[in-house]
Amino acid sequence: MGTLTEEIFSHKLGRAVKEGETVVVEVDRVMSHDTTSPLAIQAFRKLAHQSGGRVFNPRRSHIVFDHIIPAATIAAATLQRDIRAFAQEQDITILQEGICHQVMPERGYVTPGDIIVGADSHTCTYGALGAFATGMGSTDIGVAYATGRSWFRVPTTINIRVTGDLPFGVYAKDVTFEMVRLVGVDGANYRAIEYSGDLIERMSVSERFTFCNMAIEMGGKAGLITPDATTQEWLRGRTDRDYPMLAPRNPRYERIVEIDASQLQPMIACHPDVNNVVPVEQVEHVQIDQVFLGTCTNGRLDDLAIAANILRGKTIHPRTRMVVVPASREVYLEAMRLGYLEIFVQAGASVGTPGCGPCIGRHQGVLAPGERALTTMNRNFTGRMGDPTAEIYLGSPATVAATALTGHITDPRTVL
Amino acid sequence: MSRIWMLGDNINTDVIIPGRYNVTTDRSQLARYCLCEILPEFSQQVEPGDVIMAGHNFGCGSSREHAPASILANGVRVVIARSFARIFYRNSVNIGLPVLVCEDAVLNSADGQRIKVDLDTGTIYNLTTERTFRAEPLDPFVARIAAAGGIIEYIRQEGTLR
Repeated sequence: MGTLTEEIFSHKLGRAVKEGETVVVEVDRVMSHDTTSPLAIQAFRKLAHQSGGRVFNPRRSHIVFDHIIPAATIAAATLQRDIRAFAQEQDITILQEGICHQVMPERGYVTPGDIIVGADSHTCTYGALGAFATGMGSTDIGVAYATGRSWFRVPTTINIRVTGDLPFGVYAKDVTFEMVRLVGVDGANYRAIEYSGDLIERMSVSERFTFCNMAIEMGGKAGLITPDATTQEWLRGRTDRDYPMLAPRNPRYERIVEIDASQLQPMIACHPDVNNVVPVEQVEHVQIDQVFLGTCTNGRLDDLAIAANILRGKTIHPRTRMVVVPASREVYLEAMRLGYLEIFVQAGASVGTPGCGPCIGRHQGVLAPGERALTTMNRNFTGRMGDPTAEIYLGSPATVAATALTGHITDPRTVL
Repeated sequence: MSRIWMLGDNINTDVIIPGRYNVTTDRSQLARYCLCEILPEFSQQVEPGDVIMAGHNFGCGSSREHAPASILANGVRVVIARSFARIFYRNSVNIGLPVLVCEDAVLNSADGQRIKVDLDTGTIYNLTTERTFRAEPLDPFVARIAAAGGIIEYIRQEGTLR
């Protein structure tokens, strides 16, 4: 009996677990990437006496190269060389085919009921498939590599219910901005968020990833959606493991937040906080130097399709540059097959290697002092994409594509 | 004499250590760029034993452990905030950077004031205003990790994670 989080922990431990309890559990998967692995490996090495020098299970230990791939600097290349040596020693396969949060689910490494820890704050994305997944720091992940375990304080849960149909020009990303606006950037700190309501039930797995991805932007420890037929259909062909279709049973939520999606309009999160949310039409005059379509929030096939439909046969504004980075190799290949990449390149965009792209300000589109970017990212923090005087705005793939055409922030309803 | 470095609300890990400077495990490089986006003079002027105070949600954003590591590498004795973002808090405890939650101390102190902190009792003495504050007690499990000096030392002492 309880929230989906309580059901998952109870299922894992074979007893009724309640919010507020501190528990140690065997985790299903452990993940780190090219930036967080080096410190995780340092922590892992310090526990050689406990682990015998071996990771708990190389098939459940995942290292993804996505943050700076291919390496852009000697420093990054050197760290990656050292991680490769560790992976080889431990018989771990390094995944180098896109963003960790896209690749882990695509590979079938995330199934309902799993408990997954990852050395990246957006690990909460996997909750879209009904897993309890949370981001931790490198030392926690090093401990998990060594022991196969992690400790958790079972969180209280906020329920966000989204009902109604999305109006023309409004997308899942716009709904997440409304969530952050209502809950605040720390309103879900230490808490899980469970998303429900008829709109969530009708949404694709890709759109569900967008919601759960941004749970951390409200401080959320995890963001979860009860698995259903949509989940099962998406997992078909990706995994042949059996998994429990857990669901909340008489859950006690700390708070219920209701959103009527039919009342929403396209939204923008203005620099430098994610809850700095306004309707797009209020900031349409703002000139934009660079747009970026991609990331674990909005770099999937449906996101690229929305933008490609707006950009088909057109060219981007001469004062604005556009960077497109598909979230994974699978997305890249499918976007190529469907002609989206050709549309982007013909329009004047640069299309990058699947991965995090310029989201962390390290390569593939760093911003100069005073520049402004509109992106499909999840964070607009000072300095995140380059110079600290640059400004970052966040929007939906449609708003980003519309803005690429005009050179200033543009309501997608005017070009759709 | 330790000084207070007072920061605001929602100080995220991107401004504690920007992504363009954390592609390293070198603690001295992390120390050099700590808080460079908002306090460029910090790493030059901070003295070992100084204390960071902040408002709500300190350390929000990325899970990068480089953030508390960069603070620890500057010799900061403790971070005292009105509240912490979860991952940053956990990372700090794991690597042995003391973190205390104390609303009163933050609301009644100012940048540059002198401070003394007794970590064993969670007692905070503002030597400038001569006021004393008591931090919120740690969660019992967290307290055991903190007492050991971090999660690695805790596991070594216990033999396993339990």
